[in-house]
Amino acid sequence: MNPAWPVIFFTTFAGWAQGLVIALAVGSLAGAPPTRELLLTALSVALALSMIGLGCSALHLGRPERAWRAVAMWRTSWLSREVIVLPAFIVCVGIWLTAELAQRGTPLILLVAIVLTLLLWVCTAMIYVCLTFIREWSHPLTVANYVLLGLASGLLLCAGLGVVTGDARYALACAQWGIAFTALAGLVRGASLIRNARLRPVSTLQSATGIRSPRLKQMSMGMSAGAFNTREFFHGKSIWFIRNVKTGFIVLAFIVPIVLIGISFATRSGTAVLAAAMIQFVGLLGERWYFFAEARHPQNLYYQVIG
Amino acid sequence: MDGALSRPKQLALVIDLNVCVGCHACVTSCKEWNTSGSAGALADENPYGADPTGTFFNRVQTYEADSFPFTETIHFPKSCLHCEEPPCVPVCPTGASYKRKEDGIVLVDYDKCIGCNYCAWACPYGARELDEKRHVMTKCTLCVDRIYDASIPERDRKPACVMACPTNARLFGDVHDPDSEVSQAVRDRGGYALMPEWKTVPANQYLPRTVTPPLASTREHEK
Repeated sequence: MNPAWPVIFFTTFAGWAQGLVIALAVGSLAGAPPTRELLLTALSVALALSMIGLGCSALHLGRPERAWRAVAMWRTSWLSREVIVLPAFIVCVGIWLTAELAQRGTPLILLVAIVLTLLLWVCTAMIYVCLTFIREWSHPLTVANYVLLGLASGLLLCAGLGVVTGDARYALACAQWGIAFTALAGLVRGASLIRNARLRPVSTLQSATGIRSPRLKQMSMGMSAGAFNTREFFHGKSIWFIRNVKTGFIVLAFIVPIVLIGISFATRSGTAVLAAAMIQFVGLLGERWYFFAEARHPQNLYYQVIG
Repeated sequence: MDGALSRPKQLALVIDLNVCVGCHACVTSCKEWNTSGSAGALADENPYGADPTGTFFNRVQTYEADSFPFTETIHFPKSCLHCEEPPCVPVCPTGASYKRKEDGIVLVDYDKCIGCNYCAWACPYGARELDEKRHVMTKCTLCVDRIYDASIPERDRKPACVMACPTNARLFGDVHDPDSEVSQAVRDRGGYALMPEWKTVPANQYLPRTVTPPLASTREHEK
C-alpha cells in the first residue's frame, strides 16, 4: 500500500493521547494519583493530541464536509465504529478535564475513559484486521500492536510531562511502566515483522486471471498513464529505502527510548525522559509508515507491467 | 451466501477470453458513456501532459502464457465483478457503497461518499477508482443509467462495453436465471470466477480460452 500521511499522523497522535489517558486513569484509580498540575497538564495535552488526530483524519477524506455521514454504518463497518468512538473519547477527556478543573472528578469518568480508549484502539486496528486478503494486517497481532505502541508512547509522554510539571514520583512510575511496555511492544512488533516476512501470497497471477498456465506473465496492464490503481496501492520506494525505514523505526521507537530511560534511571536526568518520549514518537511515525508499506494488496497483481 | 439466494436477479457480464482481441473498444465506449452521464464527467488530469491520469471503469490487459511454440496471448478485460458477497459494501462507513436488491448491481451513491478510500482497500480486484476531481469513489455501474432506459430501443439496453465489442466477447444477462445466455455460457464453457480464494463470489465470470491444436507445420518445427 502507499502509506497515507493523514492516516499515519492520525493513528500515531490518537494512540499517543490514548496511552496518556490510560497512564493518568490507571494511576489515579490505583490510589497513586498524579499531582493536580500534572493531571491538568496531561489531560490538556491528551485533548490537544486527539484533536490534532481528528483533524489529520479529516485530511484523508476526499469530502471532509460529509464526514458526519460516517456514523451511519456502525453495524457492519469498523471505520464507522471508529468515527463514533473517537469523538466520544475526545468528549470524555474534555469532561474529565472540566471536572478536574472544577475539582469534582469521579472514578466513573476515569472508568469510562479507559473503556473508550480501549474501544478506540480495537476499532482502529480492526479496520485493518478485517481486510482478510491483506494478510500482513489480518491478524490479532495488529490489534496487539496498536494497543501496545499506544500504551508505550503514552506512558513515556506521561513520564515526560511528569518531569516538566515536577511530579517526580509519577514520572518515575510512568517511566518504569513505559520501558516495560516499550520492550513488550518491541517484541510483539518483532513477531509481526517475522510473520509478515514469512507470508506467502495466497493470490497469484493464475488465481487473479484464472489462466492456469504455470508460465504466465503480464504484457500490459492496459494503460500507459497513471491511475488510482497504480498510485494508491504501490509505495514506489526502493528495497533500500524500505529496509532503512524498518531499521530506523526499530532503533527510534524501541532501542533509543529504552536506552534513554535506562540512562535517566542511572543519572536522574529528566531531559533523557523527555528525549525518549519525543524520539519514540518520531520512530512510531516510521513504524506506522512501514505498517502500510509492508501490506501487499492482491490488486497489485493486475498492475505489474505498463507494456 | 444468504444474500445471493435472497436476490431473484443478478445482472453480470460474462467475458469470453476465447474471442477477445484486445481492441479496447469496450474501454473507450465505457469511458464515453460514463463521462457523459448525469453523475458528471470522469476526471482526466493532464490528458495531454507528460504524466496523464484518469478515471476508468474498465480496462483491457494482456497476458502471455506458456512458451514458444505454444505461447498464447490472452487479452483480459477487467472491471467491477459485482460480487454476490462484495467485501467493499459492509466496510463503507456511510452506506454510500451498496448492492441493489433488485438486480445485484454494486453501486456508489456519489452524494453520500466521503472519499475515504476504504472500499477500494477492501476490494481485492482493484475495481474501484477515486475520481480525482469529484473526490468520490467511482466504479462500473453496469450502465445502470442505460440498461433500464425505456427511451432507447430494447436491443440497445445493454452496457456500453457490451454494445461496443466487435467480437461479442462480452455477454450480459442474469446469472441467477439458469436459462439465460450468460448462465448457459458459464455452464457449457466452464466459466470461472477470479480469485475464488477470497469467497467474494463474483457475479461476472470469464470463459476460458480454448487452445486451437497446432498446425502440422508447427509440429514439423518441433522435430
